[in-house]
Amino acid sequence: MSFPLLTATAALPAIGAIATAAVPAARRTAAKWLALLVSLATLALAVVVLVRFDPDGDRYQLTESHAWIKDFGVRYELGVDGIAVALIALTALLIPFVILAGWHDADPLETHSSRWRPTQGFFALILGVEAMVIISFEATDVFLFYIFFEAMLIPMYFLIGGFGDRAHAGSDEHAAAQRSYAAVKFLLYNLAGGLIMLAAVIGLYVVAGNFSLQEIAEARANGSLDMATNTERWLFLGFFFAFAVKAPLWPLHTWLPNAMGEATAPVAVLITAVVDKVGTFAMLRFCLQLFPEASKWATPAILVLALISIIYGALLAVGQRDIKRLVAYASISHFGFIIMGIFAMTSQGQSGATLYMVNHGISTAALMLVAGFLITRRGSRLIADYGGVQKVAPVLAGTFLIGSLATLSLPGLAPFVSEFLVLIGTFARYPVIGIIATFGIVLAALYTLVLYQRTMTGPVKPEVSAMPDLKVRELAVVAPLIALLIFLGVYPKPLTDIVNPAVKQTMSDVHKKDPKPEVEAAK
Amino acid sequence: MSATAVHSLWTTAADPIQKIDAPNIEYGQLAPTLIVIGAAVVGILVEAFVPRRSRYYVQIFVSVVALAAAFAAVVALAASGYGTTKAGIAAMGAVAVDGPALFLQGVILLAGVLGVFTFAERRLDPVAHGNRVDSFAAQAASVPGSDSEKAAVKAGFTTTEVFPLLLFAIGGMLVFPAANDLLTLFIALEVFSLPLYLLCAVARRKRIMSQEAAVKYFLLGAFASAFTLFGIALLYGYAGSVSYATIAQVVDGTVETVNPALADTMGNDALLLIGAAMIVMGLLFKVGAVPFHMWTPDVYQGAPTPVTGFMAAATKVAAFGALLRLLYVVLPGLRWDWRPVMMGVAVVTMLGGAIVAITQTDIKRLLAYSSIAHAGFILAGVIAMTPDGVSSVLFYLAAYSFVTIGAFAVVTLVRDAGGEATHLSKWAGLGRRSPLVAAVFAVYLLAFAGIPLTSGFAGKFAVFKAAAEGGASALVVVGVISSAIAAFFYIRVIVLMFFSEPRPEGPTVAVPSPLTMTAIAVGVAVTLVLGVAPQYFLDLAGQAGVFVR
Repeated sequence: MSFPLLTATAALPAIGAIATAAVPAARRTAAKWLALLVSLATLALAVVVLVRFDPDGDRYQLTESHAWIKDFGVRYELGVDGIAVALIALTALLIPFVILAGWHDADPLETHSSRWRPTQGFFALILGVEAMVIISFEATDVFLFYIFFEAMLIPMYFLIGGFGDRAHAGSDEHAAAQRSYAAVKFLLYNLAGGLIMLAAVIGLYVVAGNFSLQEIAEARANGSLDMATNTERWLFLGFFFAFAVKAPLWPLHTWLPNAMGEATAPVAVLITAVVDKVGTFAMLRFCLQLFPEASKWATPAILVLALISIIYGALLAVGQRDIKRLVAYASISHFGFIIMGIFAMTSQGQSGATLYMVNHGISTAALMLVAGFLITRRGSRLIADYGGVQKVAPVLAGTFLIGSLATLSLPGLAPFVSEFLVLIGTFARYPVIGIIATFGIVLAALYTLVLYQRTMTGPVKPEVSAMPDLKVRELAVVAPLIALLIFLGVYPKPLTDIVNPAVKQTMSDVHKKDPKPEVEAAK
Repeated sequence: MSATAVHSLWTTAADPIQKIDAPNIEYGQLAPTLIVIGAAVVGILVEAFVPRRSRYYVQIFVSVVALAAAFAAVVALAASGYGTTKAGIAAMGAVAVDGPALFLQGVILLAGVLGVFTFAERRLDPVAHGNRVDSFAAQAASVPGSDSEKAAVKAGFTTTEVFPLLLFAIGGMLVFPAANDLLTLFIALEVFSLPLYLLCAVARRKRIMSQEAAVKYFLLGAFASAFTLFGIALLYGYAGSVSYATIAQVVDGTVETVNPALADTMGNDALLLIGAAMIVMGLLFKVGAVPFHMWTPDVYQGAPTPVTGFMAAATKVAAFGALLRLLYVVLPGLRWDWRPVMMGVAVVTMLGGAIVAITQTDIKRLLAYSSIAHAGFILAGVIAMTPDGVSSVLFYLAAYSFVTIGAFAVVTLVRDAGGEATHLSKWAGLGRRSPLVAAVFAVYLLAFAGIPLTSGFAGKFAVFKAAAEGGASALVVVGVISSAIAAFFYIRVIVLMFFSEPRPEGPTVAVPSPLTMTAIAVGVAVTLVLGVAPQYFLDLAGQAGVFVR
């Protein structure tokens, strides 16, 4: 039997989480280093997965399959396609930076009892989330996926509610109440979505008799599994609802600004750059493959919702006074682009959407983590409390600028490639929607540049005049992310090579071909 | 006159005595019940003859040994095929020995062992007059607050009668899901209910509340019993027999001999419908389904917490077992009549339990309403009317009982000066002070909420799947909606424990003896094992899913 590489990639952070949680209260620093080492080792494993994966090979590679719960028709089945490989790599890449950026976020206060071990808990929970996210990217059994899709809510919930931003305006008690509100809202939204999906998962079992993605997709393709049109639509809606909450899509997005606003910056990155990607990934993998006809049926409505997300998120981002909430609304706008790309049903659109997931992860991480460093220094999340930072802390301001420019998809930085692909892909089939979506970019320029202008330029506010520049640890977080943004912006080929074959397969699942270019058609 | 002649004036020679055939009792197959009831009798003798200071230890020894022996007997019966191939009727048709009966008896016995452990806990309450005390009144007969109570406390009395009472209750519960005629069903119902009423009344703290709970439970329970008994009478009138098999034959119209004395009423559908409805009502009362749930919150809150935990787990197991057998063995021919009604009951039970639980401020009442919602989920599996439905219910009951006993055991640990601190506001910040206890309780709450990787999820999935396959998709939708509602209040408790600042005057977490620790640890272990690797237990429940008729 070959080495179970995919299991190992998910199990390593899980074991690391348990080990980190078990570190004695007094050895906080050891817990941090342990967590960092585990996350780096996981990254190494993810790189091995990346190398071993052959883009031109079988659709699902490195597969593992074991009996698990026979009575439910559930198998422990893992396998990765190009999309999953890219997202596993993204996850494994971001976690070390999240850990490093949150190095001091969970140091206990003096008022805490000696038995309360927040530091160990914080890093263990981050590794736990990593493990669950990775296995949900790998699962090719619907039930297995569902279990971790739901279970990851619990550690996320504790991360949001238990380790809030210390830099909150107002009293401590108020901050705690806000934080627990945000955590509960996050959990209830996602749990409700997940439970609706549970009904659909059970329905799928009743119709199909097992949970294997490959078997069901194959049976659907060769016609041996016939679903009544209405059944398929209801099941699709059940799945899509859960993913749309997680992604999040307007109008199910309202938990995200609360959660990202109240969580610490690294946790906010974990939410938006890692966990939410499971939602958009699952749309590609499960909605399109299991319910191709219903996906086509729902496309117009979903595209309109995605379009509303793009414009609405961007407009609200313009109006934010709180830096983290601004990034949250910007993310809602970006998730609109990703979902639009997926459901445009063109290969450019879907490649673009997959690249977008990766690039959005990196760019948001860069912007949000720098914003987190900024907020920790000043102790406020309000944009109005800043001004002239670039004169005091030029490196911080510079990195913040690059993060902002990546967020507005400046050509030369990675997000540009993906946003461009999504827009072309959408335009090819739905020109009007493509054109309206383009305004999202204009608004993005507005909110990011205004944010930069108000916080970094202008006269130096007295409160920020003594602000120190980025330290070595913080630079170690930001520099690689920025380097990656530039590299993938200039040379995205490694990524597209991995992603494209998988996208072609997904396209053939829904029996869609790219529309012919207009010029050729006119001949 | 000779003596014989005088005698013959007012007597005549009797007919020769007819030989009475001794009933053939399969002692081996009834061993689990017999062992437990026998041990309960021994427990009473212990109360009468063993010196007071050693009673506690002797009682624990007798109880644990008896329950372990009974469990061994269940396992032996199951291993020798009485659950599957050799399943049959024992004791002249009174008791069924089949898969569901043995499975549920096993669960009840294990729950009983954990129950004994929590009953025997003596480290939580502060030492009174140099004596370690448990959760039960020093002397149940003394009036609360009276001098005799004070004297009893001072003398260090303890109510060790709780152990035989517990054994009697378990004995009744073992028969209840196995009862194969209506009279046995009724007797088993009374045998396990009466000790429970008593157990509810003997709390050491808040005695008035505990007695009030017991009176409520007794009165409502008596009503339910009366309903059941009346229903039994009507069914007897309908079928001319109390035996499950005969009634089922009459319902199906395949009966061979008609009892001439009952020929007029036999086969009268009004008797059947009303009688069946009344018996089912009595059983729904015991499982705590809406609208027969009114007793649940008060009794759960007032009873001593170890009793609550045991009762919540084991009563539900026994009563659902009896309900399953009644609906699947006696009344399958009537399913077009009872299914819609039971669906309605399941819907209001799921929603009612979940919605009302939101407003609760006492942890025991909250768990009571949560148990009502869970009764609704289980009913969804009952309604499926497939073998999968039976096995999913069996699995759910097994998963649920361990979570329940463990959760109530944790409740006994959180204390302040007035005893257990059950008001939710006092649980604020528990996670900061006692992370381990709070984490364990969080695991239980997540299992109640049905989060994946806990037994609650596997159970919920099993019953919903069975319901969907049985054609009750609407129940599944209502089920997930009420799960979402229910998640809200479980999470509220977690928020309170972990995200609120501890109060300075808040409760402390007592360090329990290994007894309670075992109960809690076993609960957590079972919760996680059934959540991660449920296949073995699903197999077990699947093999046990066929009723003998």
